[in-house]
Amino acid sequence: MSDTSMEKVIPGNRPSLPPPVTESGVLGWMRHNLFSNWWDTLLTLAAIYILYLVIPPFLNWAVFDAIWQFSPEVVQDGKQPQFADCTAISSGACWIFVRARFWQFIFGFYPDEERWRVVLTFILLVGSVYGLLSQRVANKKPVAIFFFVIFPFLAFFLLHGGLGLPEVPTSRWGGIMLTLIIAGIGILFSLPLGILLALGRRSQLPIVHLLCVLFIEFARGVPLVTILFMANIMLPLFLPPQFEPDILLRILVGVTMFASAYMAEVIRGGLQALPKGQYEGAMAMGLGYWQMMRLVIMPQALRVAIPGIVNNFISLTQDTTLVAIVGLYDFLNIVRAGSRDSNWIGTEMEGYVFCAFVYWVFCFAMSRYSMHIERKLHTGHKRH
Amino acid sequence: MKQMKYVVAGAALLVGMAAAAQAATLDDVKARGKLVCGVTTGLAGFGAPNDKGEWAGLDIDLCKAVAAAVFGDATKVEYKPLSAEQRFTALQAGEVDVLARNSTWTLSRDTQLGLDFVGVNYYDGQGFMVRKDLGVSSALELKGATVCVQEGTTTEKNMGDFDKANSLGFEPVKFKENDQARSAYDEGRCDAYTTDASGLAGERTALKDPAAHIILPEIISKEPLGPVVRHGDNQWGDIVRWAHNATLVAEEKGITQANVDDVKAANGADNTAADAEIQRLLGITDKMGEGLGLSADWAYNIVKAVGNYGEIFDRNIGPNTPIGLERGLNALWTKGGLQYAPPVR
Repeated sequence: MSDTSMEKVIPGNRPSLPPPVTESGVLGWMRHNLFSNWWDTLLTLAAIYILYLVIPPFLNWAVFDAIWQFSPEVVQDGKQPQFADCTAISSGACWIFVRARFWQFIFGFYPDEERWRVVLTFILLVGSVYGLLSQRVANKKPVAIFFFVIFPFLAFFLLHGGLGLPEVPTSRWGGIMLTLIIAGIGILFSLPLGILLALGRRSQLPIVHLLCVLFIEFARGVPLVTILFMANIMLPLFLPPQFEPDILLRILVGVTMFASAYMAEVIRGGLQALPKGQYEGAMAMGLGYWQMMRLVIMPQALRVAIPGIVNNFISLTQDTTLVAIVGLYDFLNIVRAGSRDSNWIGTEMEGYVFCAFVYWVFCFAMSRYSMHIERKLHTGHKRH
Repeated sequence: MKQMKYVVAGAALLVGMAAAAQAATLDDVKARGKLVCGVTTGLAGFGAPNDKGEWAGLDIDLCKAVAAAVFGDATKVEYKPLSAEQRFTALQAGEVDVLARNSTWTLSRDTQLGLDFVGVNYYDGQGFMVRKDLGVSSALELKGATVCVQEGTTTEKNMGDFDKANSLGFEPVKFKENDQARSAYDEGRCDAYTTDASGLAGERTALKDPAAHIILPEIISKEPLGPVVRHGDNQWGDIVRWAHNATLVAEEKGITQANVDDVKAANGADNTAADAEIQRLLGITDKMGEGLGLSADWAYNIVKAVGNYGEIFDRNIGPNTPIGLERGLNALWTKGGLQYAPPVR
């Protein structure tokens, strides 16, 4: 009120008014983006209607009608909970299923009393990766030596056993742990192998060139399922039983081969994006081939290729679900096996929704991290 | 995929011939100190990990019975989950000692793969489920019905045969996985849903309103499910066959997990009123186990570890489990079923 009276006293010196509400803020944004003409309006209304049809029933099922825990009467006498206990109470999601099997979803059949080894390995892994990537750690050399030289052996003994630790055969590995191991090893090995293959394919040496082309085209020419199938079902037929490598090892080799062929092509794309002058300049300075690659070409090529590389990582993470066809219990497969327990028949929906959420978290995290790296390196390929 | 099947079968046959020469699975198992049992990757009531990550089911109990017979210890088993594509080659290549993975015994499987089926631990058959309000009481009334079915299985083929034989004009709606077929049926995309009868009972409990559905009486196929071993090692085949038979004889004689010690005590060697077959089965008189290459108390160990067939059935798929199957064809022959063991003599 006092403002209006002030304005009356000093005419001609009115402060500029804010734009009308219909042009700014939420309303303005909606007017411009959602209702700018009749066609947009129609689409918006249709979209809202579809969301209205989908979201409230889903929320009712997943949250409001869902059962998160049983009353004590249901689970008294140490009775195993089962799906029928849920359906007797409500038609919503039965999250008890996920709760009852949560640790199995994470560790597979890894024995309870040895699970600390998996946790310790994971902590070491996260710690050293943080050490390698963070700018707060100045001296990266000890971290790098630990991560690339000591850690692989340490992780093997921790997870598999030996050196006084009881052995846990790979057949007992499973769940998120197995998914991360397959994806992690695939990622870790496919990048250096992919770089070598990409360089080999552009090499002037005919034999190296030919071998790399053959490998890449072969690995890319067959679906991953076929490679896994070969590694698991055909290989044992040709090998005597005593020389038979561990099934997980066979699968890891297959996945790594497959991933590195794709990686090679992404990196080759990065190499080809560089102008010829970069090579000529490096050579003119008297750098040898490996020096040129290491100091001049690769840093630029990899920077260009980051979106493609991370894209490969994400798709590799999702491809790990294919190991189910060879009887390994990765995260998705162990959740599915859960709903085939006779106590939990009918909980597929809960299982799939939970899986979708977890995979989304992993892949979204990777994607955000890649965007962060891109921004940091100013590649000039910013998204809008 | 079809060609692939023949390649695998052919390769399996070659390896099978080679493997037949070396044989002696029992020695391998004893040297290893545990049985490697090929099992399903997850089928309710027949084999699936429970909440604690332990395997449980009808087929799992067969693995335990074999381990109990060999070692006297049912825990000495390593379960190796195998997908449908893997199962026979894994057995052929020696990755598993026995396959207890709801596999149907057919002539071609018995002869072309270098494998032997040694028994039937569950007589299954394919059936149909429909909504009650469809007003149908026989599969023969399902003229022109849409039927949800899993793709690429014998289930799909059997349905085709049944359709042709009775000219019903089914419209199959195919799904990659059985649970997808079931939920599509639940959502009303098909009039009927077909799979093995053992599956139907379990799947019905997963429907939104189980009481609104009925299982039709027709069984349109024979699906005898049983354990498989490599061809050529007859001693090992005998062991697996009699591990199952021992559970049947035990049920016939009323020997259970709980009373086996009492029965053994009551049928002592010097007791003239004792049941002679019980004495032979439990190794009180005659060392029947020797013929199998096992200890005399092999069958006692089996019953002590997993119980008789009736107990195994009731525990895993019987009326008091969520699967809720009646004995039906799997009742003992004395009760009108097909489960029949040769005498222990």
